Amino acid sequence: MKKVYADEKWCLGCGLCKVYCRTSHSKTLDIIKAHKLENPRPVERLHIETGDKVNFALQCRHCDDPKCVQACITGAMQKDPETGLVLNETERCVGCWTCVLACPFGAIVRDEGKKKVAAKCDLCAALGEPECVKHCPNNALKYEDRGE
Amino acid sequence: MSLQLGWPDYLVERDENKCIQCEVCAKQCANEVHRLDPDTGKMVSDDSKCVDCHRCVALCPTRALKIRVNDLEFKPNANWTSDAIKEIYKQAATGSVLLTGMGNPKPYPIYWDKMLINASQVTNPSIDPLREPMETGVILGRKPEKLEFDKRGRLLTKMPPQVKLLVPVMFSAMSFGSISRNAHEALARAATELGILYNTGEGGLAREFYKYGPNTIVQVASGRFGVHADYLNAGAMLEIKIGQGAKPGIGGHLPGEKVGEQVSMARMIPEGSDAISPAPHHDIYSIEDLRQLIYSLKEATNYTKPVSVKIAAVHNAPAIASGIARAGADVITIDGFRGGTGAAPQRVRDNVGIPIELALASVDQRLRDEGIRNEVSLVVAGSVRNSADIIKAIALGADACYIGSSALLAMGCHMCQNCYTGRCNWGIATQRDDLVKRLNPDVASQRLVNLVSAWKHEIEEMLGGMGINAIESLKGNRLMLRGVGLNQKELDILGIKHAGE
Repeated sequence: MKKVYADEKWCLGCGLCKVYCRTSHSKTLDIIKAHKLENPRPVERLHIETGDKVNFALQCRHCDDPKCVQACITGAMQKDPETGLVLNETERCVGCWTCVLACPFGAIVRDEGKKKVAAKCDLCAALGEPECVKHCPNNALKYEDRGE
Repeated sequence: MSLQLGWPDYLVERDENKCIQCEVCAKQCANEVHRLDPDTGKMVSDDSKCVDCHRCVALCPTRALKIRVNDLEFKPNANWTSDAIKEIYKQAATGSVLLTGMGNPKPYPIYWDKMLINASQVTNPSIDPLREPMETGVILGRKPEKLEFDKRGRLLTKMPPQVKLLVPVMFSAMSFGSISRNAHEALARAATELGILYNTGEGGLAREFYKYGPNTIVQVASGRFGVHADYLNAGAMLEIKIGQGAKPGIGGHLPGEKVGEQVSMARMIPEGSDAISPAPHHDIYSIEDLRQLIYSLKEATNYTKPVSVKIAAVHNAPAIASGIARAGADVITIDGFRGGTGAAPQRVRDNVGIPIELALASVDQRLRDEGIRNEVSLVVAGSVRNSADIIKAIALGADACYIGSSALLAMGCHMCQNCYTGRCNWGIATQRDDLVKRLNPDVASQRLVNLVSAWKHEIEEMLGGMGINAIESLKGNRLMLRGVGLNQKELDILGIKHAGE
């Protein structure tokens, strides 16, 4: 399946992917309203590792054998057999954070805005191409099928 | 000295209604203008550090930033302009030569903009380049006086070394050191894809770039950095740099902090040492001396590669060019006073040299008058800004043009003229690892290819408009140009008629 791959060689750690991730997971889908008006503030579903030399953005790997799905106590976390997307059904999620603990990549975040739920990258399923990839200023994020 | 007589040149304006405190500006500014104030939770900026490079403006996701020229003015004075006063303050505070980067920005005449191109109407119909073949390729190098063939039509004349360009454009000499490794790679890759040449400048050539050799001009300048037999044989053409349009008569100085491991290897100098290029070549004090170097290089490359000699456009360029042709050069490159640089004393950049258009016309005329124009190709540099400038240059007699600033702009340069600080926010004129990686050669080389391809289309359109189907047929065809707003002397030097004539 097509996944987002980070190329740390070109990642500047600028944080634009985070901004656009947050926006694409907001109610208004408007960058300024998402950051200045929306309450609770939308949560970004990726994580940027920054260091002196190496930076990269990390989001859900949509694993073949997802530990989060195995760990989920309510069955909210599911891997779609057709698309391969690992998605969290928020109505069923009880916010126990077992998936957060189980994820070997630390790619699941806690959305404690209204109802406590686990939030994760959905590859911007509703928008086509992931927003983080679309807005990376240095081609450091690639959305490709590498046969994984 | 704590007393500062000046004030910030630019003002950073932030629209608070748009700013989302994402801190992208703070992370991207190598001059450390922006920061998040933890007490107020708002972004603040130190205007005095801003160089107007627009990195923050371009990356701000909400377009909340604007950089304005500071409108705080001295009492109006036509003689003592703001710049003139501030430069005095700067020098009074530091005791230093004023340094700057890129080309001469002063309002001297731009002759390209005072020449207009012809087009066919009714007679000699124009050509549609989308329907008919159009040749934009040129060949650089010495052209034989005559060609001899045997009875079966096979060429008997031994051809001198030549190189072919698919478009009459090359990327100017910009050394690895003055520009980043990634910028160098982008130029090399784009030149290869476009079928043109790029130039190593005086920075030597890292082994990893030898694979781009057929599209490389290797330069030999007064510092002789990185020059060895493999280097000379790695390129398609060699160039002896005598002078540079931005700083005629001046050498170069790459500060030690830019000489990291890679630069040190390419230049063959110790890491961290200053790379100082003397003003003259210490073994060239005459045309005869120049001839010795030209032939040394030809010997070293077994007479297989054309040798170019690059000079800055100066007052007696025609006589010098004649000497260069007679010294055995295959190509003469003339760099006009608008030519760019990574660092130059501001007074030199802004006051030394002459416009390339006039130098080109007079050099071409002189070589033609002396009957030696075919012995050399003529390449011009020093602010070729678009395809029309190229058409005009070819019509004035050039064989090809170098583009430096235009190429940098295509890669993202914003002409802030602070190349010499080594803090280029666009990853071009810097050796700082965190800044160099901002220029992804995949992106930058594609932008260069796009630019030159677009120019090629425009060149074809304009050629077609004139009813010409090969750029070689335009060369030196000054009847295709007319001057506007030029005096008789200027028209005479350019060798063109006034519009309406």
